[in-house]
Amino acid sequence: MTDIGMKPHALSIENLSLEFPTYDGAVKALDGVTIQVGNAEIVGLVGESGCGKSVTTMAATRLLPEGRYKITQGTIRLFGRDPTVMSDEDLQQVRGKLVSTIFQEPMNALNPTIRIGKQLVGVIRRHEAISRAAAETVAANILSDMLIPEPSRIMQAYPFELSGGMRQRVLIAMAFSCNPGLIIADEPTTALDVTVQAAILRLIQGRARRTGTSVVFISHNIAVVSQICDRLYIMYAGRIVESGPTRAVLDSPQHPYTRALLRCLPERVQPKAQLESIPGTVPNLLDPPAGCFYRPRCLEADERCHAKPQSTTLTGGQVVACWQRSKSQTHVSNEA
Amino acid sequence: MTMTVPGERSLTALAMLRSRLHFLWYLTRRSPLTVVGFLIILLVIIMVIGAPLIAPYDPNKVMLSSRLLPPSSIHWFGTDEVGRDLFSRVVYGSRASCGAAFMIVFISMSVGVFLGCLSGVVGGMFDSAMMRTMDVVLALPALVLAMALAAALGPSLFNSMLAVAIVRIPAYVRLSRGQTLSLRERIFVKASRTFGASNLYILRWHLLPNALSPLIVQATLDLGGIVLIAAALSFIGLGAQPPTAEWGALVSSGRSFILDQWWYGTFPGLAILVTAMGCNLLGDGIRDMLDPRLGPSE
Amino acid sequence: MTIARIIVPRFILLFFVVFGVAIITFTISHLIPGDPARMIAGDRASAETLENVRRDLGLDRPVTDQFVIYVRDLVHGDLGTSLRTRRPVATDIATFLPATLELGFISLVLAVLIGVPLGVFSAIYKDGPIDQIARTISVCGISMPVFWFGMVVILLFYAKLQILPGSGRLAMEFASPQRVTGFFLIDTLLEGRFDAFLSAVRHLILPTFVLAFANLGVITRQIRASMLDVLQEDYIRTARASGLKRRAIIFNHALRNALIPSITLLGLAMGDLLYGAVLTETIFAWPGMGTYVVTSIQTLDFPAIMGFTVVASIGYVLINLLIDLAYMLADPQIREVG
Repeated sequence: MTDIGMKPHALSIENLSLEFPTYDGAVKALDGVTIQVGNAEIVGLVGESGCGKSVTTMAATRLLPEGRYKITQGTIRLFGRDPTVMSDEDLQQVRGKLVSTIFQEPMNALNPTIRIGKQLVGVIRRHEAISRAAAETVAANILSDMLIPEPSRIMQAYPFELSGGMRQRVLIAMAFSCNPGLIIADEPTTALDVTVQAAILRLIQGRARRTGTSVVFISHNIAVVSQICDRLYIMYAGRIVESGPTRAVLDSPQHPYTRALLRCLPERVQPKAQLESIPGTVPNLLDPPAGCFYRPRCLEADERCHAKPQSTTLTGGQVVACWQRSKSQTHVSNEA
Repeated sequence: MTMTVPGERSLTALAMLRSRLHFLWYLTRRSPLTVVGFLIILLVIIMVIGAPLIAPYDPNKVMLSSRLLPPSSIHWFGTDEVGRDLFSRVVYGSRASCGAAFMIVFISMSVGVFLGCLSGVVGGMFDSAMMRTMDVVLALPALVLAMALAAALGPSLFNSMLAVAIVRIPAYVRLSRGQTLSLRERIFVKASRTFGASNLYILRWHLLPNALSPLIVQATLDLGGIVLIAAALSFIGLGAQPPTAEWGALVSSGRSFILDQWWYGTFPGLAILVTAMGCNLLGDGIRDMLDPRLGPSE
Repeated sequence: MTIARIIVPRFILLFFVVFGVAIITFTISHLIPGDPARMIAGDRASAETLENVRRDLGLDRPVTDQFVIYVRDLVHGDLGTSLRTRRPVATDIATFLPATLELGFISLVLAVLIGVPLGVFSAIYKDGPIDQIARTISVCGISMPVFWFGMVVILLFYAKLQILPGSGRLAMEFASPQRVTGFFLIDTLLEGRFDAFLSAVRHLILPTFVLAFANLGVITRQIRASMLDVLQEDYIRTARASGLKRRAIIFNHALRNALIPSITLLGLAMGDLLYGAVLTETIFAWPGMGTYVVTSIQTLDFPAIMGFTVVASIGYVLINLLIDLAYMLADPQIREVG
């Protein structure tokens, strides 16, 4: 589908399968994952913890521990380049400059013994050939862009002197500091207070829209993601079960898992009604069930679900991997 | 139906054996040094238990006609200044050296764990007094204290053992008190308290069994260092007295002959080194296996 | 003022520790079987002489009084009189201390200079060949009986190869330098005797190597462990995700944070160093505190043994206090907030 002559996607993952060898056997963390992130597009990646969201993006930036995992099939392209064959030097040039990552834990994601300013300047000067003074100006500007009061004072501070929300802003500032083409935000608001969450989301969205940066936004909370994303990917047990434009997915969720996720949201439930949870647990990826991984928890499962479901593209651009949806649809594709 | 039972049982036994073997094979690949440590310790244990079967001669038999003979097929490690077979003395020496190390760890651990758990359960003033005392003792150089203590008690293997055991107690007190405090907050202990269980009952039935496994790991790790210390005290004349065959004492007597009869002091010292290494390798391996963070490198 | 909140309890502990040492050594001295007055006066002394000695030592007073006198003497630097050398123990220790300090200090520097890089590279290349070599060296160091290793080294380099001296601080033909610092390396240079200086260096090589090797193992193991801890921290992942160079991540981000907790270990290593020095000195006939105390042990010279214990303990506690202060200064979290 990638059009020749056009600018390549920010991130394009095709049919990626990845496993971690362990003493008990291989843990199949990803199974045929396909994700496309266009330029200046904000894409959400949603699923329960342990479903492979972070593994997917960390495989793309090669941040998984070297030698402890194996890609068994599929391709990854970052702006048209294959990170799996890059030299260490190239990879370092790409990280931070082309693609940078915001991690979940603002408590430990900054070095506790180095002042904020020095950490920011270190990243900026790694990728831009500018003087220390100039880098400090850039850092101060981006900090104030993140609505941090008194950037110069914050730059003199150590991470432990800042609140969690403040630290997360610093991390976002660091991610944006070299104007990367793609930002991977790995649950950046999960550890924060609810009131701070919304503000942080707006900051990421605002800055990304202004600079035309693509964003992959990872979260287990479909409500959070849907606030800022153009498109959504729903992941379950290492597979993409549904994807499509945010509105379409929210308005007419196709996969039973997506629907279950939406039913679990407090804001979607009538007052005083019972808040739902999904029964059962995520399958053991050492020995996953045959066919559809969601089958053991699915209320609609039948005989066909013992075989692996094909991806079906619906009219609104939605793609769903479920036998129950494919019956009415004639257009069955395997482009995945 | 009865026909199948024995078959089933042997099948599970076989499966268990196979999974054990599989684990050993995995361990050998993953951490060969741990397996080496395990084999060394196994060898030492065999030596301690089977000393009379392994040693070719009586370790104390004087043979003045065969003094200071170099290693040969008759005397593998040579002979000493009164013609005793050094290989037999090293084999028997394992009983004194390893036995002393084991006793030291056993004494200091039993006393330390008892005091630590008691301190944690009783709490209050008793706990504070106990911990401050331990802070003071821990702040001192333990081995220097052990030396002073052993000297005061008078040179003998038992006294030096006692001295080292005493200075090792605070470490176990602290460790087991920490264990106790964290366990005390657990539901089953609290529940037991609401049923009116006494401190001693809780100590005996709830705390000790649960605090034990991390302590045993600690003890294994300590054993290597203790073997060295026990031998060192014997070496400076505080531990085993002649003619007892003990590794440190053997090195000490061999020292006078080192320039001309190199084998005399070399082999017993090698035994100390290898034994301590076995303990350390095995201890490291066990700790790594229990460490949940053991995983991704880079 | 925030640092004071941490330092003051330390000094209180220091006070109790010194007091504790006094109690311990005093108790041990009274545990000894036999009559100290008889030991000093000799077997053939008359009853009157014995009585005089007893009064001089304060042995006729109640135990509590004796303890007060003991502590008062300690405070004044009076550690009693050695039964063997017949000199004040404090004077003896002052004579032998510099030799031990020279040996210990150089060994420590050597162990740190080799052990820290070894531990760092071992952690960076975990499970690689460098790691295997470093871990083998470290396990050997930790498991090495110092007294035996010294003997083997003497056998090899002194007896067989005959390239290095195996005992003492200086070759026979050189007179000991006039005591200024007590360190032969400095004092010989102060006198401009370069040949004596070289001899002192040659005499230092084997004992420092032996003592350093034992401590090298502990240091390497500690640095490796804390480096591995740090390398899996989130901020290292952040640094990697920001595209910082590997070298910059290791030296600017990881090493510093790994070294800070290791500072405390250095203090504990002093205990091992002290004890290792006792054994090393014995083997190499190094005229320091270790040889002094071992000889005292063999001749049951209790005032000397207890004097050594007191001095060694207080020195150890003081060094650890200093190291704790260094730790606080190195960690911004403690330095700035307390």
